[in-house]
Amino acid sequence: MGGAGATGGLSLLLISFVASTVRLAAPLMLAALAGLYAERSGVVDIGLEGKMLAAAFSGAAVASLTGSAIFGLAAGIAAALLLALLHGVAAIAARGDQIVSGMAFNLIAAGATPSLASAWFGQRGTTPPLPSGARFGPITLPFAQSLGEIPLVGRVYATIISGHTLPVYLAWLAVPLTAFVLARTRFGLRLRAAGESPESVDAAGLSVARLRFTALVVNGALCGVSGVCLSMAQGNGFLRDMSAGRGYLALAALIFGKWRPWPVLGACLLFAAADAVQARLQGVVLPGLGMVPVQLIQALPYLITVAILAGFVGRARPPRALGRPYPPIA
Amino acid sequence: MVRRLYRVLAALLIPAASLATALAAVAGLVLIIGENPGRALLTLLRGALGDPEGIGYTLFYATDFVFAGLAVALPFQAGLFNIGAEGQAALGGLGATLVVLAVGGLPAPLVVIMAAIAAAGFGAAWAFVPALLQAWRGSHLVITTIMFNFIATALMTWLLVEVLIAPGQSALETRTFPPALWLPTLADLTAGTRFDAGEAPLNPIAFLALLAAAFYWLLLHRTPLGYEIRAAGLNPLAAQAAGIRVPRTVVLAVCGGGAFAGLIAVNELFGAQHRLTADLTAGAGFAGIAVALLGRSRPVGIVLAAVLFGALNQGGAALSFDMPSVTRDVVTVAEGAVIFVCGILDGVARGHIGQSLRALWAAPARQAA
Repeated sequence: MGGAGATGGLSLLLISFVASTVRLAAPLMLAALAGLYAERSGVVDIGLEGKMLAAAFSGAAVASLTGSAIFGLAAGIAAALLLALLHGVAAIAARGDQIVSGMAFNLIAAGATPSLASAWFGQRGTTPPLPSGARFGPITLPFAQSLGEIPLVGRVYATIISGHTLPVYLAWLAVPLTAFVLARTRFGLRLRAAGESPESVDAAGLSVARLRFTALVVNGALCGVSGVCLSMAQGNGFLRDMSAGRGYLALAALIFGKWRPWPVLGACLLFAAADAVQARLQGVVLPGLGMVPVQLIQALPYLITVAILAGFVGRARPPRALGRPYPPIA
Repeated sequence: MVRRLYRVLAALLIPAASLATALAAVAGLVLIIGENPGRALLTLLRGALGDPEGIGYTLFYATDFVFAGLAVALPFQAGLFNIGAEGQAALGGLGATLVVLAVGGLPAPLVVIMAAIAAAGFGAAWAFVPALLQAWRGSHLVITTIMFNFIATALMTWLLVEVLIAPGQSALETRTFPPALWLPTLADLTAGTRFDAGEAPLNPIAFLALLAAAFYWLLLHRTPLGYEIRAAGLNPLAAQAAGIRVPRTVVLAVCGGGAFAGLIAVNELFGAQHRLTADLTAGAGFAGIAVALLGRSRPVGIVLAAVLFGALNQGGAALSFDMPSVTRDVVTVAEGAVIFVCGILDGVARGHIGQSLRALWAAPARQAA
């Protein structure tokens, strides 16, 4: 009887752990896929962090002013899109340095968002807490209530698959969609060609600049949803620096996933699981291991990425023309 | 003639455009916030340079930024982008603090010199792994240094929580250094005189920053290693063909950058903060990117750009005091705006606008022929 209770407790713990991994992975997945579109088209994007932050702020700001979550989502996407297009102006049109301009957005967003938040809302760099209509609440999928009674399958359906917010479902939809677009559509083929061999795209009579701009539009939209996910679904309003390095973590996931949609999903899940473990391991003494420093688990994704980049854990080959303006500067 | 014109243009255009952008960014943000941008810029200027205390703070921040700018510029000369100055500076702080904890009882000048050496050494060591991976495995330095910034944050937090925290303290900081190790500041020097600089922590490390900039010039332009660094940056294949060991050169340039970054910590620790905290550098490492770009990786340019950003930093503090709705974060926006403009104008720095200008001028001639 006691044994059954312990197993039940353990499976409950496991289910809550998986459910929070699914939830925490969403903003990472969206940002990493955003980076995937940009980088597969040949544009380096280290500005994911800034775009997420800008979207998180403008989404929460507009949602709190209008009371509408959908307007908030639109505003978040618009803010990230604006930065993505500016990145395009610098990186594609002016053929400037892509790393430099990406870095610029991280600083601009880090400075502008708390400035505007405290000027407009007067709350020390935050937006006011959002009322329930202005944020994305959990969506209960059909039959989740009744199926939840069924021991394993029903429980998994009710607590892991059902009950997430709109941005989380968008993130999980974006992965198969991206995989399909990239591998099976004409646009995907051309996009990849722009990142591998822009000369041949040019020779085929297509505009490399236009393809890359299109990639950045998708990039901005995905970053927008990612930021909105932070401030309007998982959080309840904007907080200063609320992206907290997730944009860089998404970049790490992009590299860990070797610039491919499904492996990128795997990387995001791994990093999100590390995050979920880290929150549960705080101060817990593991038998045989002692207390695992929380900071070690926090640093793990970055350590793994360095190892990957070093080629110790499978070599990651970036798109061949990544970071190179086209036509090239002589 | 055209080439010289272009060079003058590039040398003036980039700083002028960047400066204009920095000020426009501040003014624009202030305008959006709903304050008077003209008054804001005036307050900023007066706060940064209007009295001895403002000047003292401006130059104190500028000291940080010279080191940070050099930390980015030296790898730049080898063709690489070091985004890791923030982490390298944090490790520099660790090195300096360990020296103080180990031999803090020795005569103060000796301790500070040893701490500076340790800070540079720790900063270089933290840059070593990304440098090595770039040189021998081709791992992109931008990404590895970003990752190392986060690893540094985790490491420093762990050390402060578990090892270095002052006993009986809840804040994440070490115990305060003994006052004998506090460097004399402009504030101490001018206290009670007509030029009373208030609290300004400007200290002798500022001279070390100027020395570092001079050393940077000497290294690049008067030593074989500097020649190799510049050659590797301009054309690694040609450098390789000329017998330069490019991987070794790359490692040395990046580690040199890390050493400069480590020195930021010395200015902060012995001049102002007197104890190691989790956020020692407060973003100076990222400001270094703006400084190096604006200074076009040249020593005089870096010093001037550092003073500019020092003034913005100090002026921003005065501004937030005077206009409570404006926060110091406007300075970060200005840094970002400068970096963005430099990113766009990067083509200018690499000669491509010069190229297009020349092409434009050449085209009618060709038609005439």
